[in-house]
Amino acid sequence: MTYVIIGAGPAGVTAADTLRKADPSTDVVMIGSEPEPPYSRMAIPYVLTGLIKEEGTYLRKDDGHYDANAIQYRQGIVASIDPAKKTLKLEDGSEQAYSKLLIATGASPVKPPVEGLDLPAVHHCWTLEDCRNIIKYADKGADVVLMGAGFIGCIIMEALAERGVNLTVVEALDRMVPRMMNEAAGNMVKAWCETKGVNVLTSTKVTKIEASGDKQDTLKVDLDSGDQIPAHLVVVATGVKSNIGFVEGSGMKTEEGILVDEFMRSSVDDIYAAGDCAQGPDFSTGAWAVHAVQPTAVDHGRIAALNMAGKPAPYKGSLNMNVLDTVGLISASFGKWDGIKGGDHAEAIDTDNFRYMRLEFDGDKIVGALSLGRTDHIGVLRGLIQTEVPLGDWKQKLMADPHLIADAYVACSQ
Amino acid sequence: MQKSLNIDPEKCTGCLQCELACSYDNESVFNPAKSRIKVFSFHEKGRFVPYTCTQCDEAWCMHACPVDAITLDKATGAKIVHDNLCVGCKVCTIACPFGTVNYNADTGKVVKCDLCEGEPECAKACPTDAITYVDANWTGLDKMRAWAEKTDAGQATA
Ligand SMILES: Cc1cc2nc3c(=O)[nH]c(=O)nc-3n(C[C@H](O)[C@H](O)[C@H](O)COP(=O)(O)OP(=O)(O)OC[C@H]3O[C@@H](n4cnc5c(N)ncnc54)[C@H](O)[C@@H]3O)c2cc1C
Ligand code: SF4
Repeated sequence: MTYVIIGAGPAGVTAADTLRKADPSTDVVMIGSEPEPPYSRMAIPYVLTGLIKEEGTYLRKDDGHYDANAIQYRQGIVASIDPAKKTLKLEDGSEQAYSKLLIATGASPVKPPVEGLDLPAVHHCWTLEDCRNIIKYADKGADVVLMGAGFIGCIIMEALAERGVNLTVVEALDRMVPRMMNEAAGNMVKAWCETKGVNVLTSTKVTKIEASGDKQDTLKVDLDSGDQIPAHLVVVATGVKSNIGFVEGSGMKTEEGILVDEFMRSSVDDIYAAGDCAQGPDFSTGAWAVHAVQPTAVDHGRIAALNMAGKPAPYKGSLNMNVLDTVGLISASFGKWDGIKGGDHAEAIDTDNFRYMRLEFDGDKIVGALSLGRTDHIGVLRGLIQTEVPLGDWKQKLMADPHLIADAYVACSQ
Repeated sequence: MQKSLNIDPEKCTGCLQCELACSYDNESVFNPAKSRIKVFSFHEKGRFVPYTCTQCDEAWCMHACPVDAITLDKATGAKIVHDNLCVGCKVCTIACPFGTVNYNADTGKVVKCDLCEGEPECAKACPTDAITYVDANWTGLDKMRAWAEKTDAGQATA
């Protein structure tokens, strides 16, 4: 009996640790395609700002964690799966047999169809290798263009701004973080970033990147507005795509990611999937979604592992949630932040002080929320949504003042 | 035997001694805003509810942390934030469904109750025994734990 995990990110490592605890005697093999010890992508921005060294991104901090827990960490790229023989083929030609398999291969950044993205000073910010490349170019005062102001783009923006570069952000849609925020909040984030010296161009597309011949700003970035911006570095953050190419031919059902049921099982026997590569149940919609965030990756990894180890653990679905710091303005979104048809909402907006709170209701339950400029007790929004607390007369109080979320939660739960 | 904070809102008079003791012990200031325990007041009902981390078994904060900055203190059962490792990403603050992990913008790190290495100052400071530190298996925390199980996710059923 051997458990095999493909992928050594948060989903893979959480699964390996959970399997080891749930089943102390079975072999656990974890395969990762990057040269470093298992690390966390989302810690990369803090390497860029100099807060931590590369070691600070490692998912487990105790020396010899994997050896001590008899988790065999193997480097290699999985090329294909043969579910009939229960083996994997790696790109170096070797094979790995499995009894139960977890696919936790994450996602990769997508390249938009723009000419010039292969030039030397154009990089994604996805791996530690990308991080080293960005550090080479992103010196104080350097002209940097960031393509994409989605959730991950905004996190990278924060890190680049902290490095003191001269930053221009180009976003094709009409506002920042369009998938996590409505117009009111997105525009407040934009206004805030501009007061902090970041140039933000929304409703603007990069049409082409070309070599300029200049020694410092080696790139010229063409915009659909007709403008051209010189750049020393271009960072591309225009979305991600699940890494599922290698399952082709295995008969596994996939859409945006690998489709999994409430036990994180794929459509192929003894194969599970977790994290950014898995399209699992969504708590809010009851449909299947790739959430591509850290909390979902670890939830998935833990639940898949329990089920693999024969401890049935049905999953109620992941709640889509994000917390974001855009040059000091902290925002968070939960669940159906854009509301449901016919549902009430409560909104408190204080543009001058960059404070915003919006709650979305289904009857007397909260189903989604969006907040700006507040951090205290923010987690109760997850609690209120996921435990489906009936608010009773607290609904009216929240309609009058949506900032009373923590009071409502304590009053209704204690 | 591990101990837990046992909170009995019926006994709380809202004097805020716990908040002062917590902020003084942990942040060296008498400032309720910096306390890891908060007393919620429901004036129209004359009710006060001291509220803090229950050190729940699910420990969503600890599992969600991308850099292993929250660990389990095996002696007390507390989930402890290590400032030297915390990068301030705030993922734990939204992962905790109780809202008991909070971001401190001054330090760029998060704070949560750590049970003061097994001698919680809030319990010592409480004059009415609304907060006591007692053997874990008979605390009223069960209610909050049951609540925790409704959140999420999956619980192993076997
Ligand atoms: C800059 C940045 C900032 C982010 N910030 C946040 C944030 O603030 N909050 C948040 O919630 N999320 C954030 N994210 C997203 C978060 O990092 C991901 O959701 C999370 O890493 C997903 O974990 P995972 O284990 O599913 O995949 P990954 O972390 O991508 O790990 C996948 C693993 O699979 C390996 N692999 C891939 N293909 C193969 C193959 N064929 N064979 C073998 N191994 C393979 C990879 O090498 C890697 O080890 C951020 C991401 C980035 C890049
Ligand atoms: S804020 Fe700190 S403790 Fe919390 S998840 Fe991020 S790194 Fe971990």
